[in-house]
Amino acid sequence: MTKGTTTNVGTNLVGMSRRRFLTGTAGLATLGGASHFPMPALAQGAPLKVGLMLPYSGTFAKLGKFVDDGFRLYVEQQGGKLGGRDVSFVQVDDESKPEAATDNMNRLVGREKVDVVVGTVHSGVAMAMVKVARDTNTMLIIPNAGANEATGPMCAPHVFRTSFSNWQVCYPMGKVVADAGHKKVVTITWRYAAGTQMVDAFKEGFTKAGGTIAGELALPFPEVEFQALITQIATLKPDAVFAFFAGGGAVKFVKDYAAAGLNKSIPLYGAGFLTDGTIAAQGDAATGIKTTLHYADNLDNPANKAFQAAFKAKTGNDGDIYAVQGFDGAALLNAGLTAVKGDTAARDAMVATMRAAKIDSPRGPLSFSKANNPIQNIYLREVKNGRNELASIAQANVDDPARGCKLAG
Amino acid sequence: MDGLTFAVQLLNGVQYGLVLFLVASGLTLVFGILGVINLAHGAFYMLGAYLAYWIAAMTGSFWAALLGSVGISFVLGLALENVFIKRMYGRDHLAQVLLSFGMILVIDEIRQILFGKDVHSVAPPAWLSGSIKLTDVLSYPVYRLALCGFCLVMAIAIFYVIQRTRIGMVIRAGAENREMTRSLGIPFDTVNRFVFASGIALAALGGAVVAPVSTVFPGMGDSMLILSFVVVVLGGIGSVSGAAIGALLIGLTDTFGKVFFPQISSILIYVLMAGILLWRPNGILGKREV
Repeated sequence: MTKGTTTNVGTNLVGMSRRRFLTGTAGLATLGGASHFPMPALAQGAPLKVGLMLPYSGTFAKLGKFVDDGFRLYVEQQGGKLGGRDVSFVQVDDESKPEAATDNMNRLVGREKVDVVVGTVHSGVAMAMVKVARDTNTMLIIPNAGANEATGPMCAPHVFRTSFSNWQVCYPMGKVVADAGHKKVVTITWRYAAGTQMVDAFKEGFTKAGGTIAGELALPFPEVEFQALITQIATLKPDAVFAFFAGGGAVKFVKDYAAAGLNKSIPLYGAGFLTDGTIAAQGDAATGIKTTLHYADNLDNPANKAFQAAFKAKTGNDGDIYAVQGFDGAALLNAGLTAVKGDTAARDAMVATMRAAKIDSPRGPLSFSKANNPIQNIYLREVKNGRNELASIAQANVDDPARGCKLAG
Repeated sequence: MDGLTFAVQLLNGVQYGLVLFLVASGLTLVFGILGVINLAHGAFYMLGAYLAYWIAAMTGSFWAALLGSVGISFVLGLALENVFIKRMYGRDHLAQVLLSFGMILVIDEIRQILFGKDVHSVAPPAWLSGSIKLTDVLSYPVYRLALCGFCLVMAIAIFYVIQRTRIGMVIRAGAENREMTRSLGIPFDTVNRFVFASGIALAALGGAVVAPVSTVFPGMGDSMLILSFVVVVLGGIGSVSGAAIGALLIGLTDTFGKVFFPQISSILIYVLMAGILLWRPNGILGKREV
């Protein structure tokens, strides 16, 4: 366990009347006018209060736990401190429910008065958090959600992301597929924001490299009856298929694709999430699938080896990309706090240091764009022996175009 | 679309419909005969799949998994009927909805404790794991064909039990007029318990037989519950033949909807349901008000 204390906060505003709630939010809005978050006089001596708003239950619970473990591992390695200050945690279970996100975030910022919020996995929840963070000038570190908007139109100097943008992980795949000699590609995904953003980024990269999209198949989220669309792929006979699914849907799609014999004649490419986290359940059906992501299971760099050993020792599990994203979130915060000797009131200096930070991440070199999105290598991985093994660097130091972000202009 | 592709899509639709029928038949029995709305039907579908995964992992036998999953669910159904469901007969639907919603939460939590929240898969028996080559790129998995056959056999068995056996006669009589059946000295409590447990066992059987093609994951029951209700309402509450027609209609609509009208495929089955209910407010073969 980490040094310092952890408080669990309930997530429901049960019993809170509408009027009280409105008063609460109005108060926060006023607070947003001040340029600095008010700090108690004891600021230097008091522990740094970190709000972890993550899915501790529900579909993404496992992802939330790995982010949490990764973040705490880094803090432990610093002796329970960040920037020389003791750390205390306040946990909120966001349950991956966008409708409760604003209330949960307001509770962390307003009642718990945390110094920084770390969260979350689900993009819909994260976007609500970004909105509150902007309104209240709260520092926010996003350890997973990939919605392009968070470091696009909604970007802010004090909102950081240590994971990826949907665009970033899929754009490099376009060139990879074209370079492999495939001219006609069919895309398939769920019809929802993340799916559309990922497929669009792939299309952008692929058409730029001279390829043609022969068909765009989609089905409603989170439906898993793929048989009709798989038959359609066989009819269209493309040179390759690009797919984005995750979780149970990804397993079923990969297995259905193999069961229909398509894996033998039409190579399957995808965003890394197609095979990450559920590869054991996919078994042999996944062998040979190539995906792009900002991490691979066997990255051979000293930071990754040290991280994997420490994570295994702490939790008994193998670290994955979610744990790395949490770990790097703490590293980023540590860099900013160290520069201001733990004084969060010196916000401008802290933010400037974080924006310029260069982190030796387990995923490889990590720095940040003007929109505070990671600049990082995107790796091409191939499923071999039940692992996502590194094949090559699909594109080094990929920088999200941050479309619509005023900071990047 | 050439003839062969059309035939394959037709097969896809029929196969999906047959699976829907298998799961929905349990719901229509419980809804139609006991008058109980069981929102937890999807949760039992999921539980059946997880039990199948668990037993298959322990014994290595698909058939043991199938039998074990159905057996455990049947016994669980008997116990639940005895403790909870029998208090729900004749109560208003709100009480039933609350109880069965609570059951969803409890089953989900039990699943969480026993099996965790990982995604799993179940291997089909070796002799069913091959596939048949249809075109140069497309093959059809043998297990899916076997699944069609199995669901058909189950459908015939359900019809036979309900239409041709003594217990089926009692069940039909009970659904027609509960008080009269009781006054004729038929042990109705036992029949109720049997019907409820069979409904649960059918849901679990559905989950277990589709596990090899569908993957076992926590939220798998949610969409199945909604589809099952659509099938039941479409076919007419309590009508097993209606459920069969409804399930096939939905399977075909969904499959061809995805092929021909991909933009609106998600709402097509609900448009179909609304259209049929306008034409026949009690469902295709229904006698009772929806």
